[in-house]
Amino acid sequence: MRLLHIFLIIILIFNFNLIKANEIETENKIAKNLRCLICQGQSVYDSDSEFALSLKLVINNKISEGMTEEQIYSFLKKKYGEWILYDPVLNKNTYFLWLLPLLIFLAGGAIIIKKFYIRK
Amino acid sequence: MRFKIIPIIITIVFTATFIIFFKGLKNSNIYTPNVDLEKKVPSLVFKSFDTNLDIISENIFNKNKFYLVNIWASWCVPCRDEHKFLMKLKKSEEIELIGLNYKDNNKNAQNFLGELGNPYDKIFVDKDGTSSINWGAYGVPESFLIHKNKIIKRYIGPINNRNLIEIEKIIK
Repeated sequence: MRLLHIFLIIILIFNFNLIKANEIETENKIAKNLRCLICQGQSVYDSDSEFALSLKLVINNKISEGMTEEQIYSFLKKKYGEWILYDPVLNKNTYFLWLLPLLIFLAGGAIIIKKFYIRK
Repeated sequence: MRFKIIPIIITIVFTATFIIFFKGLKNSNIYTPNVDLEKKVPSLVFKSFDTNLDIISENIFNKNKFYLVNIWASWCVPCRDEHKFLMKLKKSEEIELIGLNYKDNNKNAQNFLGELGNPYDKIFVDKDGTSSINWGAYGVPESFLIHKNKIIKRYIGPINNRNLIEIEKIIK
């Protein structure tokens, strides 16, 4: 009986550590995907500004409340606008950014086809 | 004919790229959020400065009045500069000043108010900065003009004389 207790406690501790480790991992992942708004050129994860420190705390609280990564992103987007996210969403301001590589790729392909296939 | 088209296209592309980047040089690289956006006051729980009681934000802005939420701290140097404008604003009957003490030590904050005067009708504390983030603020100092549960104006950085005149105009 005692052995069983010890065994259960060990399992509990290990599982608890795993849960905590996952939380920290997601917290860091989210912080890396957020732009520190008052310290340009740094992510929230990298920054030690007051804003970033509080934001990391908020992320931590939201994870503990059971919010998913996506929910936290949309929460922060609502508060601070799209600029806080490093990954820009396709809209009228960013379509050029998204389509440019595709256009260049197509143009390059067209040039190659012209040069090597049509000439022959 | 084909040999002429390619250089022309390349020249056009390069010129277009050059123009885009050249124009971009003049753009400010400092992020300025949409300050004129009309937003509802977020629902939050604040801790009172002197009584340590929890108060819901809806119960703070419920009167048909203008409110100025000012985020401040005793360690924040620009807050000292804007303080005299807040003291002037205090004289107006139409507006209620609400201070949010940001990541501060209670004793230092009280010394700050003792030294420069207390312009606030109510003060709340944000010990770890999370309330400010939930509110949507950047840091200290920052002010929000609120009317009918909506944020109608936002001032990032210290309030200056021009802002004071603007606020007085709005609340008249």
